[in-house]
Amino acid sequence: MKVPISWLADYVEIKENIKKYSDMMTMSGSKVEGYENPFHEITNVVTGKITEVTTHPDADKLIVTKVDVKTEIIQIVTGAKNVSKGDIIPIALHNSTLPNGVIITKGQLRGVESNGMMCSIQELNLTVNDFPLASEDGIFILPENTPLGIDIKEVLGLDDTVVEFEITSNRPDCLSIIGLARESAVTLGKKFKLPSISLKENGNGSVSDFIKVTIEDYELCKRYAGKVITDVTIKESPLWMRKRLRDAGVRPINNIVDITNYVMLEYGQPMHAFDLDYLQEKHIIIRRAKEDEIIHTLDDQKRTLNSRNLIIADGDKAIAVAGVMGGANSEVNNDTTSILFESANFDGVSVRLTAKQLGLRTESSSRFEKGLDPYNAESALLRACELVEQLGAGKVVPGIIDCYKELPDKKIVPFRPKKMNEFLGTSIDDKTMVDILTSLEFEVNMEKMEIAVPTFRSDVEAWADISEEVVRFYGYNNIKASLQSGNRATQGIKTYEQRIRDTIRDTMLSMGLMEIYTYSFTSRKVFDKLLLPTDSPLRKTVVITNPLGEDFSIMRTTTIPEMLQVISHNYNRRISKASFFETSHTYHPIEGEKLPNEKNVLTIGLYGDSDFYSIKGMVKTLVEILGINNVRYTLDNDNPSYHPGRCAHVIVNEEIIGTIGEIHPDVANNFETPKRSYIGELDIDKLYKLTNVLKSYNGLPKYPEVDRDLAMVVDETVVTYDIEQVIKSSGGDLLQYVTLFDVYRGEQVGENKKSMAYSLSFRADDRTLTDDEVNKAVAEILLKLDSELGAILR
Amino acid sequence: MKQQLQNILHQVTKQAKDVKSLQDIEKLRVKFLGKKGELTGVLRGMGALSKEERPIIGKLANEVRESIETLIKQANEKLLSIEKNIQFKKEKLDVTMPGKTYEIGKKHPLTLVIEEVENVFLGLGYQIAEGPEIELVHYNFEALNIHEGHPARDEQDTFYIQPDVLLRTQTSPVQIRVMENTQPPIKIICPGRVYRSDAVDATHSPVFHQIEGLVVDKGITMGDLRGTLEVFAKSMFGENTNIRFRPHHFPFTEPSAEVDVSCWNCNGEGCKVCKGEGWVEILGAGMVHPKVLRNCGIDPEIYSGFAFGLGVERTAMGRFGIDDLRLLYENDVRFLQQF
Ligand SMILES: [Zn+2]
Repeated sequence: MKVPISWLADYVEIKENIKKYSDMMTMSGSKVEGYENPFHEITNVVTGKITEVTTHPDADKLIVTKVDVKTEIIQIVTGAKNVSKGDIIPIALHNSTLPNGVIITKGQLRGVESNGMMCSIQELNLTVNDFPLASEDGIFILPENTPLGIDIKEVLGLDDTVVEFEITSNRPDCLSIIGLARESAVTLGKKFKLPSISLKENGNGSVSDFIKVTIEDYELCKRYAGKVITDVTIKESPLWMRKRLRDAGVRPINNIVDITNYVMLEYGQPMHAFDLDYLQEKHIIIRRAKEDEIIHTLDDQKRTLNSRNLIIADGDKAIAVAGVMGGANSEVNNDTTSILFESANFDGVSVRLTAKQLGLRTESSSRFEKGLDPYNAESALLRACELVEQLGAGKVVPGIIDCYKELPDKKIVPFRPKKMNEFLGTSIDDKTMVDILTSLEFEVNMEKMEIAVPTFRSDVEAWADISEEVVRFYGYNNIKASLQSGNRATQGIKTYEQRIRDTIRDTMLSMGLMEIYTYSFTSRKVFDKLLLPTDSPLRKTVVITNPLGEDFSIMRTTTIPEMLQVISHNYNRRISKASFFETSHTYHPIEGEKLPNEKNVLTIGLYGDSDFYSIKGMVKTLVEILGINNVRYTLDNDNPSYHPGRCAHVIVNEEIIGTIGEIHPDVANNFETPKRSYIGELDIDKLYKLTNVLKSYNGLPKYPEVDRDLAMVVDETVVTYDIEQVIKSSGGDLLQYVTLFDVYRGEQVGENKKSMAYSLSFRADDRTLTDDEVNKAVAEILLKLDSELGAILR
Repeated sequence: MKQQLQNILHQVTKQAKDVKSLQDIEKLRVKFLGKKGELTGVLRGMGALSKEERPIIGKLANEVRESIETLIKQANEKLLSIEKNIQFKKEKLDVTMPGKTYEIGKKHPLTLVIEEVENVFLGLGYQIAEGPEIELVHYNFEALNIHEGHPARDEQDTFYIQPDVLLRTQTSPVQIRVMENTQPPIKIICPGRVYRSDAVDATHSPVFHQIEGLVVDKGITMGDLRGTLEVFAKSMFGENTNIRFRPHHFPFTEPSAEVDVSCWNCNGEGCKVCKGEGWVEILGAGMVHPKVLRNCGIDPEIYSGFAFGLGVERTAMGRFGIDDLRLLYENDVRFLQQF
């Protein structure tokens, strides 16, 4: 909310400089976003009177003038058409500045010295709305009696400082000059003066002669007050009013509309003026709109309404969308002679929803939607009438229309100073509390220990709210810091799952992987890019009903697309190799449940300088650190997103806990990643269950190991896992380790064959092994390798 | 014989100076101390000596032997050290050449901030609570005193899945779930991913992270909130950091405050980081609204509590001088490597 300081000064004395005032207001809860003089750029522009006009010797279109700026007479050459001797005009002197960074200096025009410039209304960043008598395209000619040599900002009232407040949603009362003046007064320790309104009411007849009002829906309209003005003369409002409206960010229009806006800003109560002549029935009915009822609003749009919208009707005809916008048919115009001022209280939620539905958020609706004080409607209405009389805009007809069923009583809340001090950790005495509350217009009854809350403070409901009122003026920063002492101790410790996730992250980092963060929503298109079949369970997703766009429309069921996008991003920036991991969630709907399953997953992504065995080695390291021993890898040639010959399931206890592999070349193409990109996905929720964090120590061996190397030739189709299973099962208790150290293919071993070289370690816990014992064990192994896999010793 | 012995010692002393190699030394040793060596030869003649002379010469002979051994040992050591020096010279490296590189992984800056905050509060006895990102409207709004019609519930700001299910807009619903299921004392922080319907730009992201804290017990005061946040600010931004509370409004706390810390970049003098203010807003905080406690089955007449929250992205950007939020989700290696 933009507030000209001079307006506030009508209601409270502000002596502090603007910086200090702003800081104090921020610290008492009315946050100042900034302050400025909107015309601070205009400097060295003064009023001057043309005393002489002569022709330019060398230019027909220019004239040479002498201008009296009080301290001197200066010569100015101009091409302006609308000036003549005796005119008083704004003169930009040598070295003056104008809005938008324009600098004026002296110079010569066609050989004749010119020591300044005459200003038009645009050059001062003003419009004819601000100064209706000014010429729109010529020099701005000021009234005849304007004193000379005076700063133009002073003359035009452009010297006010405007403070911008950020008002929180709980304080609609502060969306007004009066509300902020009240806050300012308490903050500065000054008195808040609200002068009483006095009306002459010299119009003829009584309001009921002119109009009748019926509220059909008291739930959505708690109060409807109105007054009638006759003998209206539509003209521009006076300079002071236009200036204040403009500084507050509202465009001046004409005296009647300006008054409604002025009162809205001053009292925080939106108002509306209807042209009475256009109300044929003279019967205002406040009701819900009929389905598909149409209203032509004053922004010249036809709008379709429904029964959730509250409207103002004249008889049958809709003439305004309550609290949002008036209708075009009853708008005040230059021929208006009598008006009805409306000052009503509409339901906030209803106004908000209607404004949203119509895409019409107005100054009026944004105030109503926060919930306004029904008592304020009457004060604002009277203030508008007072302004009508002050401006000579018309005659106020005696009497008021005021419809309501009942107006709320003041809320009574208990006054609990002890509880409040205990809660705040302060020792504020009762008197200080009472003083603060009283100056905020709360009424404290010390006998009953009760507080009556002013009706404009609907946000205050109980002692916690009262505490805030007290402490924001006592000073938030006067509360002494403490650390809950003497309370029961609590243990600061991570959960088992959190520690496992830390271990996973640390392990990935130690292997050189970069941690990434990616978005959790994605597009349905990624499923096609992953080559997933139409019946893939991954296509069952949680769908966002109001997404930012198709690209962000579903919650992801797989993290692979984002990982591939990150690989692609880096690869396309000529980074030759990289490795990444992410621990995040995937989201899977559960039949019959409101909330989906949010799975914890680890995603690994590698490219450049890596192969299938790089990612397998990483998984192996991770499961070892987690104490998971019995891990098996089986070829998965059925996963459409992976290379069918280079993809494996990671299996523990017959359960798949993850998938690793080389991405399918077509998928790589779709995501613009390198062909050889490797992806791993592990189910962290399953890892939680399998992890064995209980380590136990086995004594160091007392007797030496005996190693034997063993090279055999097998068919290509025989996989390492099977060879190792045979070796392990036939090696007996003495066999400790089996390590593959060489694989050889070539002429010596023959086509479709490979040579596999293993190092075997044998040891007994209670003796040094003899050669005989070891030889016997090896012989048994070879026998089984031959009989089960057809392996031949090389 | 005495003369002979001294003569031998003299010879060894002289020859030991001239040795050029370990072989020379060995020759010297054999020549004088060997089984057929000169000293042995002399000692063989001891039998011819008188009873009186024998111990004297014997003693002298031993002294000579020890001296010879010392001389040889010294010569040996000298030679070894020369040889070592030659070797060292040969093996001299250009230590300015680059070292071997090891790939090392880096934590994402968001993780760095989250862990830093977690560590401060773990040290203060807090536990880390988590909850679903896809949440019931009840937990995200109603239970937090944000009722139907409240502007915060606007569809423009919130992603909905169903009319009563949404992507949580804050981690506060975790606090509600904990309060519903736990009797005080409660001391938790809730880090997590949250969602708001903001288009992606340099300062906005529809996905971001928050950390909220909650303490509920008997006798918790607003002073405790201040004390806690002071400890937090000092551990995050340095011992000299001050904090400042400004009144604000949040539906689930009363009184509510925005919390500024004195600028870590300029110590409050005013600079670009703090936009000349000397203060940087980092937290929202307040006393848990009695209605919220009651909604969770906790009696506000017995218990009180405070809550606070901070934006992880904003903190990371301020702390590391990151000027564009999109960098955090783009995961460019050249960006990630810097942390
Ligand atoms: Zn600074």
